[in-house]
Amino acid sequence: MSFLKQTMIVGAALMLSVSAQAADDKPAVVFDMGGKFDKSFNQGVFEGAERFKKETGVAYREFEVTNETQREQAIRKMAQRGRSPIVGVGFAQASAIEAVAKEFPDLKFTIIDGFVELPNVQAVLFKEEEGSFLVGILAAMASKTGKVGYIGGMDIPLIRAFGCGYEQGAKYANPSVEVIQNMTGTTPAAWNDPGRGSELTKGQVDRGADVIYAAAGGTGVGVYQAAKDAGKLAIGVDSNQNHLHPGTMLTSMVKRVDVAAYNSFKTGGDGTWKSGVQSLGLKEGGVDWALDDNNRSLITAAMEKRVSQAKADIIAGKIKVHDYRSNNSCK
Amino acid sequence: MTGTMENDGKKRGPGDENSPAASPSAIKLTDISKSFGPVRANDSVNMEIHAGTIHGIIGENGAGKSTLMSILYGFYEADRGTIEVDGKTVKITSSQAAISVGIGMVHQHFMLIDTFTVLENIILGAETSALLVAGLEEARVKLQALEDEYGLNVDLNVLTGDLPVGEQQRVEILKALYRDARILILDEPTGVLTPQETAQLFKILKALNREGVTIVLITHKLKEIMTITDNVSVMRAGQMVAHRKTANTSAEELAELMVGRKIINEIEKSTGQRGQPALKVEGLTVKSAGAVPLIDDLSFEVCAGEIVGIAGVSGNGQSELLEVLSGIRPFDTGKIFLNGRDVSPQHLCDPKEVRGLKIAHVPEDRHRLGMVTNFSAQESSILGYQDAAVYNSGPFLDLPTINRECRRLMEGFDVRPRLPEIRSANMSGGNQQKLILAREIDKGPEVLLVGQPTRGVDIGAIEFIHGQLIELRKQGCAVLMVSVELDEVMKLSDRILVMFDGRIVAEVAGNKADEKMLGLMMANAHSQLAQAETNA
Amino acid sequence: MSQNSSTLPRWIDIGLIPILNVAMALLVSGLIILLIGESPLEAVQIMIQGALGYDEGIGYTLYYTTNFVFTGLAVAVAFHAGLFNIGGEGQAYIGGLGVGLFLLLADDSLSPILLLPVGIIAAGLFGAAWAAIPAYLQAYRGSHIVITTIMFNFIASALMVYLMVNVLIKPGQMSPESRVFLDTAHLPFAHEIFAWMGIKIARSPLNISIIWAAICCIGLWLFVWRTRWGYAIRSVGFNEKAAVYAGITPAKTIMLAMFISGALAGFVGVNEIMGVHHKLLLNYTAGYGFTGIAVSLMGRNHPFGIILASLLFGVLYQGGAELAFEVPTITRELVVVIQGLVILFSGALAYMSTPWIEWAYGALSRRQSSAGQGEG
Repeated sequence: MSFLKQTMIVGAALMLSVSAQAADDKPAVVFDMGGKFDKSFNQGVFEGAERFKKETGVAYREFEVTNETQREQAIRKMAQRGRSPIVGVGFAQASAIEAVAKEFPDLKFTIIDGFVELPNVQAVLFKEEEGSFLVGILAAMASKTGKVGYIGGMDIPLIRAFGCGYEQGAKYANPSVEVIQNMTGTTPAAWNDPGRGSELTKGQVDRGADVIYAAAGGTGVGVYQAAKDAGKLAIGVDSNQNHLHPGTMLTSMVKRVDVAAYNSFKTGGDGTWKSGVQSLGLKEGGVDWALDDNNRSLITAAMEKRVSQAKADIIAGKIKVHDYRSNNSCK
Repeated sequence: MTGTMENDGKKRGPGDENSPAASPSAIKLTDISKSFGPVRANDSVNMEIHAGTIHGIIGENGAGKSTLMSILYGFYEADRGTIEVDGKTVKITSSQAAISVGIGMVHQHFMLIDTFTVLENIILGAETSALLVAGLEEARVKLQALEDEYGLNVDLNVLTGDLPVGEQQRVEILKALYRDARILILDEPTGVLTPQETAQLFKILKALNREGVTIVLITHKLKEIMTITDNVSVMRAGQMVAHRKTANTSAEELAELMVGRKIINEIEKSTGQRGQPALKVEGLTVKSAGAVPLIDDLSFEVCAGEIVGIAGVSGNGQSELLEVLSGIRPFDTGKIFLNGRDVSPQHLCDPKEVRGLKIAHVPEDRHRLGMVTNFSAQESSILGYQDAAVYNSGPFLDLPTINRECRRLMEGFDVRPRLPEIRSANMSGGNQQKLILAREIDKGPEVLLVGQPTRGVDIGAIEFIHGQLIELRKQGCAVLMVSVELDEVMKLSDRILVMFDGRIVAEVAGNKADEKMLGLMMANAHSQLAQAETNA
Repeated sequence: MSQNSSTLPRWIDIGLIPILNVAMALLVSGLIILLIGESPLEAVQIMIQGALGYDEGIGYTLYYTTNFVFTGLAVAVAFHAGLFNIGGEGQAYIGGLGVGLFLLLADDSLSPILLLPVGIIAAGLFGAAWAAIPAYLQAYRGSHIVITTIMFNFIASALMVYLMVNVLIKPGQMSPESRVFLDTAHLPFAHEIFAWMGIKIARSPLNISIIWAAICCIGLWLFVWRTRWGYAIRSVGFNEKAAVYAGITPAKTIMLAMFISGALAGFVGVNEIMGVHHKLLLNYTAGYGFTGIAVSLMGRNHPFGIILASLLFGVLYQGGAELAFEVPTITRELVVVIQGLVILFSGALAYMSTPWIEWAYGALSRRQSSAGQGEG
């Protein structure tokens, strides 16, 4: 496990020490229904895969599914072509990966954000609640009204876990803070509805929120814009989105799915690929908060100190962040 | 507008003896043919309409008159043949093209928008200016001139929907004239008019004609042809069978030409065996959204073996009366008795139960009510009786029986073609009506409600249908007939009730009525007239 | 003019014109494929090969076909009553909920032999109930069914998300899916059935639901054209006034037609939930309900036509996936474009080519008849 952690953390370093990729390296990725340009999760994987291609010159095969049954079909097709490793994106592909991995025990499979336990499957999970906890601390400290907002995308446990971690972080920093939560919708359309994101933001601002965290894919664009228009702060998600509106983007909760995809491809080729479940939290560099020139001015020394301390405490196990998904409840 | 043209001296070629060689031709059709699938709607039609005349085109329904006019007006393109307007060969591919060569058309069903004013309706599609207001004023001036010239008085500012039918028709005529029509085609223009309105229309047509407008009148009414036309062309089964100068022909000859055989116009109407009152209505009232009830405290009875005709201008409650009696429409107050038994409760809007009471109904509008045009003839032949045990076996319709029964009805009522599988819409109006009549009469009704029994039906079928109604009366059935054809009402009815504004305003014995009297009654003017006469 | 269509022989109307429409759609698609630098011929070859060329492809094609038959029939029966049911998506969704709930409750207690028929009934009842509400609103309250059915798609979606996320999710699991049903509650897959007979074919989602789809086709045909209830439905659809005249109550007939329509759409749930996924999950309807509209239009609302149209759309879906898989430059969006073009040409523009064909047919038949006269 320790080796694995290292792999993840120093992934970038490893990349530089390129060892020649094996000749039979034939990676593949099956994107989920959001598509590889969803400005969020799938796109992160796509970027990781593209980086791999650029650095190694090894082409990969890809497919974007359009319905439930195509997942297994596409993964099986990749397997039939002898592709390995095959990266499945998103928890929804877990059962498909499981089925096909059993049929092709000699091939390597990686499921990102999903849980499958098989000798030839690598499952990469993220502790979104930990990263959200940190940005929650920042939100509570930056808030002047004592009210912070959270806008989720589609109402599923994963997105509730974001909100739950955020709420815990905010309350940790300021026990009396009020967290206003909204979900954009209940269908996949909620991932890409900036208009609704903007509306919800205005609603939350009207109710007094002055820092708003969006975990809603493309919908977030509307949230950040509306926050900026109202002179409030927003927090980005998945990738570092601080650059979108420098000055009103308080920070971003980054989730390194790109690294996960990159590493799977990379290690698959150089023989260091390992099966098993990886749960990537703060400790493993799988999630983090973003600090760069764009938001430097918004983060006070006190905030930075507090959040760094919390991060260290979480890594050290002193703070336990509750995962909504463990019991489908934020308690 | 060109005046009546003088004979320009150009001698016409030798025509048939009846063709008047007076004025040059306004329209000349040569060898026009049009097929719809296997059906030859127009088969090598030749016709010449002379400028400045009133030309009638007569023929049974389905003879091809409407198709021919549709070709002339650009709705259809002929498969073959040429059209000449004012001596020049033209190609008419759209109604715009027809208008541009000076042809205007007044359709049987008006193409007017009720919620537009008369002025707006007239300029619709012929706006002269991008700015509507300027265009409207320009149009108003032109229309005023037209109205003065032809004595067509219509208020340009009222909503079209508020006008009586006769005036709406005048709007249609104005519309055509506004587009500089010199040839005006009228398709069955009198179907919706009272006798008085018809007379008014003919006056207008005559005036237009005097001013040089060529008029083409399509009709199936011989009387109108004889009254107003100069020349008449007769169509039968897609072909032009004869051209006559109206002065040189007679209604009898035209009827024979239309049908292709001799017509017996008089009906042997023995005095029926009038029995007990079969249908009795007391104080029937149907309220409406407005102030005037649709049916206003109506009471009458129809005896077994009697035909009671209801005359009236359309829209005075006759349709609603039939709908109430057949269970389609609920009523507010009143009672209905069948053979002395109060059946009002069953009449709470259930046509199925009404049928169970042996009340049959041949509706006024066979396309909208009487049949489903998309159904096969055999499917239409069970409409209303689809749940009857004879047509069903278990959960399924018994198609062999339905087919056999339909064939039997078709034979009994001479429905052609005798194809139970034919699409109902592909049968001619007369045959559709015969099939509906067959369906209703076959069940042996005690009361028959029949609306417009011969609307849009050709002469041969009219004769047959009238015969059937008389036969039914002989068998002791009580027949209540609503019709706008006064001839028909007078010919068949033992008693005539005249409806106006939802009330019965007059009753006359069938053999005592005449057209003028009925016409006045229908306009509810007879009492004033009578009063005026007594006062004088 | 509407009666024009009747001037063409039936084989042209229901055979040649749809084929021409698809051909036109493929032609335009070919141009687009050419524009992005791929070979249209190769693309067509990949599509057809991928959909019909090998056992797995055929399995997928027929699996899609099964769904389209259900939703196509659902649209058709409503259409015969003059109703435009665009709520097939939601009805299918709720139908799946019905069969899923039933299996979650009873898969261990009920005899496996009963699971299929009761599962079908559950799916049908739930789908029908979901259609019954808009039907009631249309029949008795005059709310337009197009509006209500499409709104009910959203409500169905929201309801499903709520149930899956909060109630039915298997505890301790990230994705909103229920537990997997017991093996005895899985409909046999085609490859399993063939394996019992000793024939080995590739795995695919095709399962015995397709037989139920075929039964529904025959059943619906009998119902619509051979029973008095079908007669009533068609009367109301063609001419409501005539139906009233005939003693048929339009409101009841609307309820009946929509009830059947909803049940048929609900059967998608049998195929998806009981046949393929073996658990309740989200978004399994994947637009089949909407595609059913195009299927029904193209199949002229007749079960036989719907089977053919469903096959075509099965080929388009499976062949399209194959195409996106094999040719990286042809993305899934382009596949949607191709599917969309087929829907456009055979649905919205279905009658575009009719005047030309009428003209051509008229010209041909005239020439023939005049030639015939010349000889005679």
